[in-house]
Amino acid sequence: MAEVLLRLDELTMRFGGLTAVNALSFEALRGDITAVIGPNGAGKTTAFNCITGFYKPSSGGITIYHKPGEGMLLNKLPGHSIARKGRVARTFQNIRLFGGMTVLENLMVAQHNELQAATGFGVLAILGIGRYRAAEKAAIERAKHWLEATNLIDRADDPAASLPYGAQRRLEIARAMCTDPVLLCLDEPAAGLNPRESIALNELLLKIREGGCSLLLIEHDMGVVMKISDHIIVLDHGKKIADGTPEQIRNDPTVIAAYLGEGDEDDPDAPIAESLAESIVEPLEDAT
Amino acid sequence: MRDLTHNLKDSAAVAFVAFLLFGPFIGLQLGDSDSGNLTLSTRPELLAIAVGLTFIARMLMLLWHDHRPRKPPKLQVAEAIRKSGKLIAPALLVCAIGLPLIPGIANFYIDLGVLIMTYVMLGWGLNIVVGLAGLLDLGYVAFYAVGAYSFALLSQDFNLGFWECLPISGLLAACWGVFLGFPVLRLRGDYLAIVTLAFGEIIRLVITNWVSLTGGPNGIYDIPHPTLFGLTFSMAGGPGTFSDFFHVDPTPQQRTTYLYYIILALALLTNWVTLRLRRQPLGRAWEALREDEIACRSLGINLRNTKLTAFAIGAMFGGFAGCFFATRQAFISPDSFTFIESATVLAIVVLGGAGSQLGVALAAMVMIGIPALLQDLQIYRMLIFGIALVTIMVVRPRGFISTRRPTVSLGKTKIIGAEMVSEGRG
Repeated sequence: MAEVLLRLDELTMRFGGLTAVNALSFEALRGDITAVIGPNGAGKTTAFNCITGFYKPSSGGITIYHKPGEGMLLNKLPGHSIARKGRVARTFQNIRLFGGMTVLENLMVAQHNELQAATGFGVLAILGIGRYRAAEKAAIERAKHWLEATNLIDRADDPAASLPYGAQRRLEIARAMCTDPVLLCLDEPAAGLNPRESIALNELLLKIREGGCSLLLIEHDMGVVMKISDHIIVLDHGKKIADGTPEQIRNDPTVIAAYLGEGDEDDPDAPIAESLAESIVEPLEDAT
Repeated sequence: MRDLTHNLKDSAAVAFVAFLLFGPFIGLQLGDSDSGNLTLSTRPELLAIAVGLTFIARMLMLLWHDHRPRKPPKLQVAEAIRKSGKLIAPALLVCAIGLPLIPGIANFYIDLGVLIMTYVMLGWGLNIVVGLAGLLDLGYVAFYAVGAYSFALLSQDFNLGFWECLPISGLLAACWGVFLGFPVLRLRGDYLAIVTLAFGEIIRLVITNWVSLTGGPNGIYDIPHPTLFGLTFSMAGGPGTFSDFFHVDPTPQQRTTYLYYIILALALLTNWVTLRLRRQPLGRAWEALREDEIACRSLGINLRNTKLTAFAIGAMFGGFAGCFFATRQAFISPDSFTFIESATVLAIVVLGGAGSQLGVALAAMVMIGIPALLQDLQIYRMLIFGIALVTIMVVRPRGFISTRRPTVSLGKTKIIGAEMVSEGRG
């Protein structure tokens, strides 16, 4: 029986007079890959930033359930605690790696809190005593595990900025996984990947799900979304317009209308949405 | 052929600019006539020579630019420097330890060594904040002042000696580091620089104006010199002095040498702690902070604590150095803690290559050693110094050693080129 992992209640985010996310509610189930899709400017990334603590929502609640019935309000936690206590990790639409540090170092930084706890306020580790050495060894082992999973083990000692684009995307996922999350939020993980890399990404995401971590992803690439998602939420103008399995979404007239801008003649954004939609609906239909 | 015309045109343009600039400065001369009136005479020959030299220099520069040998990739150069650097660091250490032991060495050189070491230590301290954490701090002298005045006041009011006050000075400076850190946590880049600059000035102005506590501009004098297990270094000799205990003649060099080894030990402590911290989560978090603050936050790193520890630890070493400065000078006044000190230390860090310990040590030797050794050259001293600095920054824009050494590796450690490493935006 699937249980709820993440619940959004009437989440609203306003920037001055602009309401980017308007009373958004949905649930993501444990062990699921949940996708959030929608035209550009629909409020996907804003909702993401609220979940991961980069924005404080204007109103509404975000709850994560580490155990059934024991909710933790993410929007009450300070920003850095979302990863630590909330165990929600994220990646960024425009990749944010520590470019001047090696691939391995990137993964070590991700395990900062566990390692720091083993240093005895830094003093013991400076003197070379205490359990820091063992903790560092364990951290390297975990980093190795994710390097192997993301096929980056050969580049472990290279600076992150020297990796090709696709490898940087994978490294960002590996780094997020090193924080040991229960929910991994991916902001357009397939953007800029070629078809082969995109397939490899699908496999990686499925592998992560098998490992017990649930996923929440924003994606434009319908090839990725339709193939691997268990559950899709469609946003438009900051509101949820559809919620269901890939099959239901594919046949939902409101979704197609949102992408094509049909049935909403007065909408000034419609022509833009239309041009955008063509590139999106095509693979959407192909996937059928 | 097209190149030649282009070069000629370019050189002519530069010569024209030179003509405009040199015209009033060299071409015209103001003088006194016998009757006491001012006269204006022209010097066309000198002006022609200056403009001609500019033209030729520009021409040669363009020729060199066109025909210079192909540069090998930057990383190879860096690799070569690193390899020699492996030898340079131990060699420098041996030189540093052996300097006062050279027979017949003048006291001047040991004293210069003390001065350079003080700046090496300050540079290493600031390197934690600027080089590792990427937080631009223009007010580092504040912590130096806090350390110096802590010791001066404690010794004056509570009769405490150097060794008791050293840790207290460091602690107080660290507290001020945290105190400064709090308001500037949200600031970045230029804004951070301005607030830290102001903080440095505030400390100096408070010291200057709080006459009842600090003596104001008159400063504090008769600060005790450090003792060696209770032995003092007095020129008068007598019981309880170093010379009396070891049955040697008292010389000023004994005290200078002792001071030299104290600051050497303090500087090496700074270096050791920094190198150890770099390989720890805290040091990695500092460097990650320099690379990308937002990514750090998404990984659950507490930015506030990480920044505050960088400020506190950097300030602590500044405080140690200040305490040493007070004991060495035996007299301190607010004049010693002006903005130019912060600028010098920051210049040392930037010139050495932010983040590099060896680079900072080399830069301190250049920045402090060259002006001191060139004293015989009188007015040309600062000119040569300035040209040297500009040349270094043109040849090595990211400092002497701009590469980064990874803190952990699976296989062979590969050095990271400067072009990958971020400078930090505060």
